[in-house]
Amino acid sequence: MDGADHNGLLVDDVSMVFTLPGGGSVHALKNVTLNLASGELMSVLGPSGCGKTTLLNIIAGFLAPTEGAVFLNHHQVKGPAAERGMVFQQGALFEWLNVRKNISFGPRMMGKPRKETNEKVEHLLNIVGLGDFGDKPVYQLSGGMQQRVALARCLANDPDVILMDEPLGALDALTREKMQGLVLKLWKETGKTIVLITHSVEEALFLGERLIVMAPRPGRIHREYHLPFAEQGLTISPREIKASPEFVEKREEILSMIWEMEEEIMGGAAK
Amino acid sequence: MTDAPDQTKRPVAAEQKQPSAFAMWLGIADNSFTRQKTVKFGDATAVNSGRLYSIITVVLLLFAWWFTTSQGWVKPIYWPSFEAVGARWTKLMDQGFRNVPLFEHVGISVYRVMAGVFFGALVGIPLGFAMGLSSIAKGLFDPIVEFMRPIPPLALIPLFILWLGIDETAKISLLFLAALFIMIIAARSGVSGVKISKVHAAYSLGASKFQVLKNVILPNALPEIFTGIRTAMGVCWGTVVAAELVAAEKGVGSMIMIAKNFLQTDTVVIGIIIIGIIGYGIEMIMRLLERWLIPWRGKG
Ligand SMILES: Nc1ncnc2c1ncn2[C@@H]1O[C@H](COP(=O)(O)OP(=O)(O)O)[C@@H](O)[C@H]1O
Ligand SMILES: [Mg+2]
Repeated sequence: MDGADHNGLLVDDVSMVFTLPGGGSVHALKNVTLNLASGELMSVLGPSGCGKTTLLNIIAGFLAPTEGAVFLNHHQVKGPAAERGMVFQQGALFEWLNVRKNISFGPRMMGKPRKETNEKVEHLLNIVGLGDFGDKPVYQLSGGMQQRVALARCLANDPDVILMDEPLGALDALTREKMQGLVLKLWKETGKTIVLITHSVEEALFLGERLIVMAPRPGRIHREYHLPFAEQGLTISPREIKASPEFVEKREEILSMIWEMEEEIMGGAAK
Repeated sequence: MTDAPDQTKRPVAAEQKQPSAFAMWLGIADNSFTRQKTVKFGDATAVNSGRLYSIITVVLLLFAWWFTTSQGWVKPIYWPSFEAVGARWTKLMDQGFRNVPLFEHVGISVYRVMAGVFFGALVGIPLGFAMGLSSIAKGLFDPIVEFMRPIPPLALIPLFILWLGIDETAKISLLFLAALFIMIIAARSGVSGVKISKVHAAYSLGASKFQVLKNVILPNALPEIFTGIRTAMGVCWGTVVAAELVAAEKGVGSMIMIAKNFLQTDTVVIGIIIIGIIGYGIEMIMRLLERWLIPWRGKG
């Protein structure tokens, strides 16, 4: 596939080998190819150590793949850039800045006009439900609110692609469900391409229009699903979707798939 | 009442006798939270101020001072009496020490410390940053820093006297050097301590290298830099007094050394008390400044 002809995000036959300082190497990714159309939301699942973070870091441009390349809208990814926004699990906010300054960080660095930026920040504050918290230091916010700031900070730059590495992983179950609703809403409103890594099968099913399950050693794509739940989630309540027979069936299918992988890794000890 | 006859028998927290606020201030009673803890030994937060015992200590010490000296058990050249210190204090405030006002002795010592720390920070912070950010700078300066790190600044006094004599330059250079290595190490560790996800986030938000340095690495290193300044102030305060003991005409250190030569023990004692108070004051001011300037410390 020729990346230069591709509109959207293309991960083209990417392999990643980490050479360890003490000799030896880890094959973190092997021949991973992915093709995301603009505006797609893809979730990535897999046992820990299967290369999810490595894949995301390569797309973000923090790591150069050993083989293959990543393309976004006709050009090759060579390093981090504002076109690809990141949302980390936690602790990536700038604690010396208040909420407003965190959100406006991107536009300020890019030298965007101040008036436009201020309007955008106010708009985003309202969208993520933090209208009254603009002047608060971020460390005074709860975990869920901090992740909403992280989402808003990413959106303020209007990136083409949003990359999320277990963004809701540190939140309690209830907050997490609410935040899933917010991610879905933002996705629909902004039409962004989103790659979302998660540990939670339920979250991956609920949010992913597409879902890939990765397998470890070497990290590779094991299965891919196209799912209706994200689309439904815009009209039907999340609880209802998650309780529906189709959802439960898929959830069990994927859970047992991951169980099997874990058992392989642990040599049956996981039983 | 008749519906729940045993209600009245149950002990209710509000009915228990509350210790007075004064008792809690004195530390002879725990606050309400600690009172309800059943595990206190090993819980550091359950240890209260124990202020009553501090008061006892101070009173006992002062009493011992007054009693032993007024009874003539201690010779005045070893330890002066209350009255002698009081009288000397009035005289020092009035006439100064050797025709130099007391506040000038203190002021010049503080000034030397400030100058040393200022220049130490001015040079040390950029050097520490460079060492944390570039392999070349790290390689160049690492041997010097690691060599100087364990050497107490006091050990350099003779060398500085040889090189620069006993004038102001010698003392400020010594303090500069004492502060320099503390500041280099603090700045370097502040830079190394930055969470990579913050740096990544900034680059992904479109920041340039310089913007990352200015807007992420620098603020992220500020708490450590401030701790460095605080440590440098403390070390320099100790060093300045020692340097003045060795060679100086003005300054608290020189004041107590000269006073010793004249067997003016009361002046020596006053000097020591002043040194303690100023050192404590510097520490307190730095802590206040820190809370005010870097409220995010430890919150990342
Ligand atoms: N910088 C690195 N050096 C060496 N090995 C690494 C490095 N980063 C990741 N790995 C290895 O690559 C594999 C995939 O890691 P990662 O992408 O973090 O997995 P995941 O995010 O799915 O848990 C793991 O075996 C991990 O130990
Ligand atoms: Mg990971």
